[in-house]
Amino acid sequence: MITRRLHYEMIKHVGGPFLMELQGLSKRLRGRREPRPDSPFGPPLESVGKLKDLMTRHYLEGRYADGAVPVAWVTSGFPVELLRALGFHSVYPENHAALCGVQRLTPEYSDAAEKVGYSRSLCSYARTDIGGVLLDKTPAGRLPRPDLLACCTNICQTVLYWYRCLAEHFGVPLVLIDTPFVYGDSAGHHQQYVKDQLEELMAVAERISGRRVDPARLLEVARLAYEGTLLWGECLAESTHRPAPWTGFDGFFHIAPIVALRGGAECNAYYRHLVDELRYRVGRGIGGIKEERYRLLWDNLPIWFNVRDMSTLLAENRFNIVVTTYTNAWAEAGKRMNPSDPINSAAQSYTYVILNEDLDRRLELMSRLAAEYQVDGALLHSDRSCKPYSIGQVDLRDKLADLAGVKSLLLEADHNDQRAYSTEQGNTRLQAFMEGFA
Amino acid sequence: MSGVAIGVDAGSTTWKGVVIDSAGEILGSVVVAAEPLVEQQTNREVAKLREATQTPGDTPVGATGYGRKRVGADRAITEITCHARGAFHRTGRAGVLVDMGGQDSKVIRIGPDGMVADFAMNDKCAAGTGRFLEVLLGRLKVAWDQVPGLVDSAESAVSVSSTCTVFAESEVISLMAEGEPVEGILKGVHQSLASRVAALAGTIPTGTAVFMSGGVALGQVMVDAMSAALGREVTVLPEPQLVGALGAALSVR
Repeated sequence: MITRRLHYEMIKHVGGPFLMELQGLSKRLRGRREPRPDSPFGPPLESVGKLKDLMTRHYLEGRYADGAVPVAWVTSGFPVELLRALGFHSVYPENHAALCGVQRLTPEYSDAAEKVGYSRSLCSYARTDIGGVLLDKTPAGRLPRPDLLACCTNICQTVLYWYRCLAEHFGVPLVLIDTPFVYGDSAGHHQQYVKDQLEELMAVAERISGRRVDPARLLEVARLAYEGTLLWGECLAESTHRPAPWTGFDGFFHIAPIVALRGGAECNAYYRHLVDELRYRVGRGIGGIKEERYRLLWDNLPIWFNVRDMSTLLAENRFNIVVTTYTNAWAEAGKRMNPSDPINSAAQSYTYVILNEDLDRRLELMSRLAAEYQVDGALLHSDRSCKPYSIGQVDLRDKLADLAGVKSLLLEADHNDQRAYSTEQGNTRLQAFMEGFA
Repeated sequence: MSGVAIGVDAGSTTWKGVVIDSAGEILGSVVVAAEPLVEQQTNREVAKLREATQTPGDTPVGATGYGRKRVGADRAITEITCHARGAFHRTGRAGVLVDMGGQDSKVIRIGPDGMVADFAMNDKCAAGTGRFLEVLLGRLKVAWDQVPGLVDSAESAVSVSSTCTVFAESEVISLMAEGEPVEGILKGVHQSLASRVAALAGTIPTGTAVFMSGGVALGQVMVDAMSAALGREVTVLPEPQLVGALGAALSVR
């Protein structure tokens, strides 16, 4: 245990930073790679390098985390602040699955899950994660074995069954935070119900970590998480300017720290750097794409394996995605956070998340974002793998047109599994949609 | 010859080309089976069209269909926009266009300005397309020109419930084995296809004109089935197979 801890701390404080410095030096020596002159994109964000370093360090530390510090595998909508205050290293299977999706590894990992009986109709994040566990493979080098599985149903019910499978596989406890779906407003007794579960979570997490939570540390983590969501919101809000200084696709990648490192000082330091760069670009009229003529809203998760092709097709036709309901979700959470009361704050902010709210609220949110970001149209990704996000999109499309005057395209795809997407058909639909603006 | 243009619709099943004059009237046209090497076929067929209509070599070419990006046209535009443009040119009015092609079906809502207001297409599957009909007619051993007579003589339609081409084929085999009459199955196949496409159309407001284009619209039985499924009259556009190519030509004038 002591050796593992020593090793982990060495990597965290010495090895990781040293490797990043080495990589930075190597990059500087190679010189900056200039984009192709015919690229439809604006100059690349300088922050991307820092983002890569930050996430590489996170995964690098993870390799040495088990046996050194308590490790929790958590869902993206889990109140991780409470675990972070107890020194847990958190792994996000969804974030990791997205990493696999970008590298088009899902078919291989999913096949392994399907071979032992998981249906291809399941969420492709779940299949990627379970398949990766079964194969003991990851593009991140190694994922630490969990001591605790922590799942919150505010994003879907699939996570419950997915995490139960992981709990059985690893033989570790699973804590579930069940957040009642919000129709209109969340009732007082619903909030109490969530709060009670959070208190039970603390008891389990204290037992696993072998320490009592320090209230001052909990307040500090809650404050950092709150500050992080505000900073993330500021980054996104820079796209209300014309041209938007980055693209929605950039945002999909830059979301990683607020998901995986929420409540940590390094996450906030990164977003301070990013928002400064975005403001600099806004001040000089530097856009995410060279010529931004039409602005779009994106609904649902990205199509990870197709991000480059789709962003290029849009940019070549002078369309920029300036706002996404997905990336906005982590900024939206800040509106209900109260860092001076971490438990009640978590009960509130993790209940009111986009996938746990009714369609009226989603319509209200999308209409508001459409107005704030002055969009000309919307792309609604009907995601085969994410039913809670996709259900109701036909009605949302019609209502967005009727109430907000926003023309939308329903694009059928999958967030991670390229086998469920027909590129030619998808591109034809997208192209036809864009032609409708000319 | 200012305003003269060539339109190419390099579809999955057939290759269509038109030459139009400045008024948008078709001076010459061709419909042939699609070949895999679409660029070569386009060069050859366009050369023939130019010769037949005495069209100069610098006449602009607009292309649509799945091969649109591979034919070296001046402009490549999607089938959705081209069908809407061609249909609006033919009718001069807003409405809903049902285009039933070889491997996809589209329902396009055309606004009063002739622009695409909205559209829906079949997804990831050739059920609801000409290919569906082709496969099932093959299984029933019925030629296209026999369809009207056989359907007319059907006492009633035999329900073909499946909406997947492959499953529908096995369902038809079972029905034939059970002794169901070919005429009734044929009628059922048309109804099945029409209901699939009508589902794409959703609810069409009362008073909206409905048009039909694409090769499948050449069969009156299919048009009648479509009309019954939508519960309203369906007008087949003149030369329905050429509507996409016409729209492509109009796009480069």
